[in-house]
Amino acid sequence: MSAQFIILPLLVHFASAVVLLFFWGNTRIQRLLSVAGHAVSLAVAVALFVLVRQSGIQVVQLGDWAAPFGITLVADMLAATLVLLTALLGFAVAIHASGSLGELRLTFGFFPIMHFLLLGLSGAFLAGDVFNLYVWFEIIIISSFVLITLGGERLQLEGAVKYFTLNVLASVVFLTAVAFLYGLAGTLNMADLAVKVPQLNNQSLVRVSALLFFIGFGIKSAVFPMYFWLPASYHAPPSAVSAIFAGLLTKVGVYALIRMFSLVFAADTLLFEILVWIAAATLFAGGVGALVEKNISRIFSYFIICHIGYMVAGLGMLTEAALAGAVFYLVHDIPVKANLFLGAGLVRKLRGTANIHKLGGLYAAYPVLALLLAVPLFSVAGIPPLSGFWPKLSLILSGIDTSRYALIGFMLFGSFITLFVVARLWAEAFWKNSPENAPDPGQAEYPGLNAQQRRLILAPIILLAAVSLYIGFGAEHVQQLANGIAGDLLAPQAYIQAVLK
Amino acid sequence: MEVLLAGMTGLLYAAGLYLILRRSLVKLIIGIILLGNGANLLIFLLGRIEKGKPPIIPADASLLVDAFADPVPQALILTAIVISFGLQAFAIILIKRAYKVVDTDDLDQINAKDEDL
Repeated sequence: MSAQFIILPLLVHFASAVVLLFFWGNTRIQRLLSVAGHAVSLAVAVALFVLVRQSGIQVVQLGDWAAPFGITLVADMLAATLVLLTALLGFAVAIHASGSLGELRLTFGFFPIMHFLLLGLSGAFLAGDVFNLYVWFEIIIISSFVLITLGGERLQLEGAVKYFTLNVLASVVFLTAVAFLYGLAGTLNMADLAVKVPQLNNQSLVRVSALLFFIGFGIKSAVFPMYFWLPASYHAPPSAVSAIFAGLLTKVGVYALIRMFSLVFAADTLLFEILVWIAAATLFAGGVGALVEKNISRIFSYFIICHIGYMVAGLGMLTEAALAGAVFYLVHDIPVKANLFLGAGLVRKLRGTANIHKLGGLYAAYPVLALLLAVPLFSVAGIPPLSGFWPKLSLILSGIDTSRYALIGFMLFGSFITLFVVARLWAEAFWKNSPENAPDPGQAEYPGLNAQQRRLILAPIILLAAVSLYIGFGAEHVQQLANGIAGDLLAPQAYIQAVLK
Repeated sequence: MEVLLAGMTGLLYAAGLYLILRRSLVKLIIGIILLGNGANLLIFLLGRIEKGKPPIIPADASLLVDAFADPVPQALILTAIVISFGLQAFAIILIKRAYKVVDTDDLDQINAKDEDL
């Protein structure tokens, strides 16, 4: 397997999308082909992960133009891990969508657009050039615009207007930052920037560029105070779409922050101080936001925001243990957040409502399903030995090491609020009896589904729960992986060497 | 010349941001368009504009010693223009559809109470 193998995840998604376009309207064939395409991409992602694990950083110069003049695709351990998680999530959500989405949405191109979305995501994780990263980001957001509006319901369109505006604003800010960086450094290759930027004379303009990158990626990652678009839009589309958004789109922003700040702007300590305080504010704002919501999907939207705070805090502290915690949190968060939204969709199908005051008696009626949904709920709350606990431990320990006691306070607050909201959700939706104003459960969608559809809806939830359980119980492996990645991020000479050779 | 372009860029950014904050859906889209154009002009400007010197090495030399027009920002701008064109096309259809469904151009009234969803 040569280094050209890196292109394969992108090619598989692109080919799947194109082939699916030829079967527009034929949802049966689209379901089969799409799930097959995702299965192939998952196999390719696993192979890429194993390749990078065994042979080190893989680099491809597109068009054979030597770096730093051409466009580079780089697969280091962080990128390979995230590509693997992307493929896994795509596979799970495609299966779920086959069973849960209505015929009209599937007819009008859900599956090809989802492949384009995953193409953009994989490309963003593998990009070694800042402008290439911009292009992949644009592919991601255009595909996400289509997915969020597919179906045309009023709620979706309203959410889409807000989502669209903020994401385009983020793109323009990102482009502005790229313009500044090119004007200052004369190159856009990330490895070359890592060499050239610390040597520039005009460091204050470099700081301006870094802050613009922070704002652009910060809007996409939904950090404080740029997160308000997320609770306004993520609950609007169907749960399959929300799941893929929740699991991956904000994490691309966090990945871009980690990559740019640890590689290019690593020397600027003020930026990392800002990151720490923003992380604390994000933890607080996300937690408090989740307290007042009654709709399950909106509660989970605020959980996304709150837990982004942990990852940004890990990046801000910039020690090996903190970065390992941040990367472990990424690995834990991607399947858990997607599973939460798939679970929210399942609850809505079971009872016809997602309002916790109108839900009740789910544990009595569906005990196995309730226990299945308990896995992501308690993982996100961080109950040991489930997967949410271990990265929080790393982050708090590195907070003690760097004497950031206020940040630890905010992290504990975020954890406590998450636990409180999860406990309240469990009590309201699962334990208490069904209230009087509950909609008739006979009218809900789930009893009307046939066995095949039920299997399609439940299998991804089981799969992602199994992955979360593995991450939790096999935390040692993931911690070793995260430690290795953190070491590579703090000592980017290997990355620079591999690209610039 | 650069001062003029820099002023133009600033005007475009300012106008774009101002329009994005307006209450009307249509003004929102126009603001996004202006903002995108401002970013493109900024890339052009930061590539150090040079008049009349294409980046072609003459046949008898191996390096370009003279100042030349940088082709990389031009490539970046073309890509950005194409991307923002696609986004604008989507945006216009989105607001057309949204206007049909919510029946108002006023963003302050686009706030469906989704209590029971």
